Amino acid sequence: MAASFLFSQFVGGLTTAMFLFLIASGLSLVFGVMRIVNFAHGTFYMLGAYLAWEAMRWFSPSAEAFWPAVLIAALGIAALGAVVERLLFRHLYGKEELYQLLFTYALVLILGDAAKFIWGTGQLSVARPPVLAASIHVLGADVPLYNLFIMLLGPAIALGGWLMLSRSGPGRMARAAAYDGEMLDALGADVGGIFTGMFVISSFLAGLSGALVTPIVSIVPGMDVEIIVQAFIVVVIGGLGSFWGTFWGSVIYGQVLSFGILIFPGFSLFSVFALMAAVLIVRPWGLFGRPLR
Amino acid sequence: MRYPRARIWRRLPWTLIVFLMALWVPALGSRYDTFLGTQIAIDALFVVSLNLLLGTTGLVSFGHAAYFGIGAYACGVLMKTYGAPFILAFPAAGLAAAFFALIFGYFCVRLSQLYFAMLTLAFAQIVWAVCFKWNAVTGGDEGLPNIPYPNMDWLSSLPGLGDLSTADEFYLLTIALVALSLAALQHINRSPFGRMLTTIRDNPERAAFIGVNVRAYELAAFAVAGGFAGFAGALYGIFNRGAFADYVFWSKSAEVLIMAILGGINYFWGPPVGAFALVWLNQEITSYTQYWPFVLGVVLLVLLFAFPGGIVGGLVAGYERLRRWRWRHA
Amino acid sequence: MLDIRGLTKTFAGFVAVDSVSLRVETQQITAVIGPNGAGKSTFFNLITGHLRPDRGQVLLDGRDITGTPPHRICRMGIGRSFQRTNIFPRLSVFENVQAALLAHRGRGRDFWSRSDEFFRDEAADLLQSIGLGPQAAATAGTLSYGNQKQLELGIALASEPSVLLLDEPTAGMSASETRDAIRLLERIAAKRGLTLVFTEHDMEVVFGIAEKIAVLHQGRVLAEGTPAEVRRDPEVRRVYLGEHA
Repeated sequence: MAASFLFSQFVGGLTTAMFLFLIASGLSLVFGVMRIVNFAHGTFYMLGAYLAWEAMRWFSPSAEAFWPAVLIAALGIAALGAVVERLLFRHLYGKEELYQLLFTYALVLILGDAAKFIWGTGQLSVARPPVLAASIHVLGADVPLYNLFIMLLGPAIALGGWLMLSRSGPGRMARAAAYDGEMLDALGADVGGIFTGMFVISSFLAGLSGALVTPIVSIVPGMDVEIIVQAFIVVVIGGLGSFWGTFWGSVIYGQVLSFGILIFPGFSLFSVFALMAAVLIVRPWGLFGRPLR
Repeated sequence: MRYPRARIWRRLPWTLIVFLMALWVPALGSRYDTFLGTQIAIDALFVVSLNLLLGTTGLVSFGHAAYFGIGAYACGVLMKTYGAPFILAFPAAGLAAAFFALIFGYFCVRLSQLYFAMLTLAFAQIVWAVCFKWNAVTGGDEGLPNIPYPNMDWLSSLPGLGDLSTADEFYLLTIALVALSLAALQHINRSPFGRMLTTIRDNPERAAFIGVNVRAYELAAFAVAGGFAGFAGALYGIFNRGAFADYVFWSKSAEVLIMAILGGINYFWGPPVGAFALVWLNQEITSYTQYWPFVLGVVLLVLLFAFPGGIVGGLVAGYERLRRWRWRHA
Repeated sequence: MLDIRGLTKTFAGFVAVDSVSLRVETQQITAVIGPNGAGKSTFFNLITGHLRPDRGQVLLDGRDITGTPPHRICRMGIGRSFQRTNIFPRLSVFENVQAALLAHRGRGRDFWSRSDEFFRDEAADLLQSIGLGPQAAATAGTLSYGNQKQLELGIALASEPSVLLLDEPTAGMSASETRDAIRLLERIAAKRGLTLVFTEHDMEVVFGIAEKIAVLHQGRVLAEGTPAEVRRDPEVRRVYLGEHA
């Protein structure tokens, strides 16, 4: 096999990985602090994509409007997250986890159909921002600049997220809340506020990644379901609640998908779920996670 | 000391009553009613099999559709590809499903709640991936269409049943098999084995310390539940004229979970009521609009926030409140 | 009867139980006391199979039962009550005890009979003997704290143990409730010839009924002996009994 071919597969895997990381990081964050798997996360991602497309339309055909559009989308979804958490979700805290999960699934159903209603069922797309429209040539493979941007953004967010959680005051509070929310509440901390904050940040990340993916992937109903399954696998492999775990989980997933197709054509579908099952059997808390209390 | 006695409504033979009532549907209803009835009966069996895990043992499975699908494919392949008679294919389907449930369950029961759920999902998706890609056996993404109806000539020879259509005959066969299966599941729930399962649900630590090998019992429940799901799947494959990979997809597992909770997981007849409600609601709504998921989501929200006990749970709670009110104001 | 030798358990560098040995004679009432964090509950968990010891042995009548899983330990005749009440909240009081009887008499694998037909008399008698007869039909989760603790004792007794390990049996009880609970315990222990090992904070209880006391401190046995010996032990007085001397 030509080295350039292998390299382009590798790059492809890395790009997939970093996109996935952007999305999965929010999922992991919410789980780490609130112990909930938020199925609606993929729907927030999809809505971020739709919002970005919509924002681009308002700014008329100017392609430079991409960056403001992304920001608007991310903030919009963050606001949506705040509303959902404050008005609805917090009434389910303390109830059985199954009910919380089904709540997020209800959101998937409702918001998914709402998106269909507003934007129809056709495919929508967004142009690449002109500053990143070109490609560069590395090791014989064509690497689009936009992909490179995403590949650099991933680790940046991982680093930022990790620093925030481990070094900052609010971050430490969040980790304490995950460990023993009741105790923290008794100590006078605003645990409810922490949960809302985490949910908002997670929603922001979802909206951001949805908006950022629009130049590469067409916006279509069903993309939420497609992505949440993948994000879920990544988070399980890396370890629920661990930022670096999600990062490396994404990298592994990306490569498995990329090279799996070569080794077992048609079985890449099987291999990622097999990998997820294997991790759960051997080390349920993932590569970087810690055993749940 | 007076032993606690079960209330009167618990002692009625509901399975028999419902079965006898259901017998009249082909005679009194339209072809559409018979069609819906078959669907509801199959879903009722599927969801009660799940509730053996959910309501009785306290195990949340996100991958129960895997066994439904395995049953559908097993029965379908045996009948269509190998020409086996239904009387062999049907039990084989249940056994195949139970077999896989035993293998997958072995790994799942070693994990605590959340990871248990995730591994059931992972296994189910693996089954899906295999069904979706194994063109030779399962037909791949095209599925296994045109599964033959079982030979139901013997039904025509029964008094009063000579003139029925194939669909009606299959309906009667279905409700007979479902009634028997439900009776079996109810019996299991009320048996000492079932009692051990409820102790696991209520307090697994305590259950261990009255001598219950928690993992072994959970595995047994998992296998039994899988087997009955396989029976439901086998019937569905014939009813739906084919076995397809999306019988195994996680959305099917989610659907059956919702049915169970909609009906009420704390009562044996809760999940079947949920199945009835969901199938009926689905048929009604989809005839008006394509936004069925939206409606389902709203129903789910109302359920979770207002009626966590489900339909039957809500009815029972309402009845209890009425009784207490009347007692106080007597 | 129960011979515990050098039991040690470490959690990520923290030594919870350090080489604890204890001999419990048949039909003796032994109390294990010590300040919070001394390792009493961990000690019990090691005996009953909820934790595996890093080192040490537990022998029941000469048989090595170290590290046996809880459901098997229960069948060997060791019963246990837990610090936080551990009952089956959604079953009725009657069903709680009935379930324990079903499990103990090996009926768990029966899936063709009706569970509520079995052991009705035994369950009723057991409930009467612990004073819960009138509450048989109540849902266990709705009982008062004291009643739940009684039920827990009932569940433990249903497994016909020869040794009963009680983790803080009078925790959270008022003085009169404590007296009633202890009297009940003594009566049942005498009637069934039970060996009792319990942990306690209430010194009145401990010195009232214990025939032998072991004092744990920071995971190690500080002193062991009759109540009088323990009372006199200078180490114990210094560390624990202090103002109770």
